Amino acid sequence: MSIYKDAKYMDVPYEEKLKLFNEVKEDMRYDYSLYGCYECGICVAACPSARFYDFSPRVFAQIMAREDVDTFYELLNDNVWDCSQCYSCTRCPRQNNPGGIILMMRDAAVRAGLQSAKDALRAYSRIIYKVMSTGTQVTPDMLQPDFFPDWGTDVKEVAENLDVWRRAIPPETLHTTELAWDVSEKTRLELYMIWKLTGNLELIEGIDEGIYMILEEVMEELLDDHGYDIDDFENILEE
Amino acid sequence: MEQAPAVHTESKVPMREFVRKGKPPTEDYREKLFELEAKGELEVHRVPDPIMEVETKYGRKKKIPLEHTWHHKSCGQCGHIPGYSTSIFWLHRQFGLDYYDPKDQSSCTGWNYYASSTSNAAAQAAVAARNFAQAKLDGYYPLIHCGTSFGHYKETREEIIHHPELRDQVRRIMDRLKMPFVFPEEIVHYSEWVHAMRHRIAEKQVLDFSDITVTVHPACHYHKLVVEDAIYDRELYDGQRTAIVTGLVEALGAKAADYSTWHDCCGFGFRHILVSRDFSRSFATIRKIERMKEEADPDVTITHDTGCVTTLDKSQFAVQAHGRNVGIPVMADSQFAALSMGAHPYNVCQLHWHGVDSKPLLEKMGIDHVKAWKEFEAITERIENEEIDFMTWEDADA
Repeated sequence: MSIYKDAKYMDVPYEEKLKLFNEVKEDMRYDYSLYGCYECGICVAACPSARFYDFSPRVFAQIMAREDVDTFYELLNDNVWDCSQCYSCTRCPRQNNPGGIILMMRDAAVRAGLQSAKDALRAYSRIIYKVMSTGTQVTPDMLQPDFFPDWGTDVKEVAENLDVWRRAIPPETLHTTELAWDVSEKTRLELYMIWKLTGNLELIEGIDEGIYMILEEVMEELLDDHGYDIDDFENILEE
Repeated sequence: MEQAPAVHTESKVPMREFVRKGKPPTEDYREKLFELEAKGELEVHRVPDPIMEVETKYGRKKKIPLEHTWHHKSCGQCGHIPGYSTSIFWLHRQFGLDYYDPKDQSSCTGWNYYASSTSNAAAQAAVAARNFAQAKLDGYYPLIHCGTSFGHYKETREEIIHHPELRDQVRRIMDRLKMPFVFPEEIVHYSEWVHAMRHRIAEKQVLDFSDITVTVHPACHYHKLVVEDAIYDRELYDGQRTAIVTGLVEALGAKAADYSTWHDCCGFGFRHILVSRDFSRSFATIRKIERMKEEADPDVTITHDTGCVTTLDKSQFAVQAHGRNVGIPVMADSQFAALSMGAHPYNVCQLHWHGVDSKPLLEKMGIDHVKAWKEFEAITERIENEEIDFMTWEDADA
């Protein structure tokens, strides 16, 4: 039972919250991320997200140290995606790493396929598809006025001249529009093997089934072209 | 009553010099890597000669390779600000330094991981190991263009050093890829190469930057992730802040002006810059650009990472509608260095991909941007008319 009168998610079974809490505590990075908390607030003063959201890196360190499972679950759903992952909070005099704790919490939220994680990543799915299928995260053809209307009229000019302007860049690897640089087929093939061998593809299935299906099709086709069967690449982490 | 004569004791403060006596508080990851190599767990890729040694936060020396480098490119730089990486290559070419621009390189995928957590430690470590193995196979040493890749690979190195189960997973994956398990002796960011080369760059400087005022923004993932691996220099900020970028600005004779939010993030946020830009824009302009403008009124802001250039530059357009005090051109140290050596602002530095108008800055630097743009357009016309397929390095410097 939460110590707070206004606690949220009280309809979620405690065992379910505890399971996720323990996943974070058992993460191999956890022991290097939390050493206690002076409650000095240096992490909050350094945090960009704290200035524009109802967000505090200090609270993450404190609830983990106090093992406050109910508040952990609340943060996991309501605050964890506000973090900027800049690690300014590592100025902590106790050498805590609140940003690292938050990354572990996000990992747990994604693995569990929480609805809040799906909501946070809904608009982001196309980026996941881009990096996993091409091996580059953002690409020239994303520079479209409808995607970046706030980046100024220059975006429209770039979009209109994209093909020619990309060829007007001296390095040979940059004459691309659908990739940030010319990634070889061999490299993409090896990446697909990594996604399969580490269960990364299945992780996507829990967050966005549509993107998962498209990704699997793209990967299967390239693997097949090179004489591989996608099902031969088992998840070695489960062994 | 007779007063005692005044005794004047000469201040010794200017004579004092802090001498670090204690050992660094963090472990030496290179020793750990060599221990793992001695046990046959992995192969350590040695930094090739010629090198330059630089000092890091707690006094350890870091080896910076000057050539024979495998350029681990950046998604955001290559995708949206291509003059950034082009300038890095151009600088190498000006000094006749051997480098390799590989196609067998993937993103570190760190941007996606910090944004979405749709990956795991084994996948992240395997992506790093695959790129590093490819660099070794190609016979070149990795030089990391992106600040996030640099920080992320340093975190990955710590995880690999401390967790035998992770090493085992990576080894099995590399076996399946038929590649060796290699990790570099040093993880080196390109801006460290620029820092190491700054005096040689200054020797080839053709433009006078003494009237140029610069504010520096250091990338969070450069100096806040695995802090002991960032370059510090007691001649810069008394050794209290990372010397990166500022060292170059001073070597080129420009004025590095301080401002109160120097340590703050740019507001990139990874996920935010792509799908929650109201946050990125607010932070970048209110906490960074406006502070710089009010306190230093710089001609340009220089930084050394993908996300920082993008966020600080692109965020300035929309806030003009709210009358905010913005309008500072933003570019990378590599572009600033290249301009100082006479690089073409559009053919090489590709400044037309940036949002904020850089023409006043170019004029102050003594660059005829009208002529330069006509030269760029002449080349794009030849591409459109199918006279040429693309701009060559020779075209860029013509």
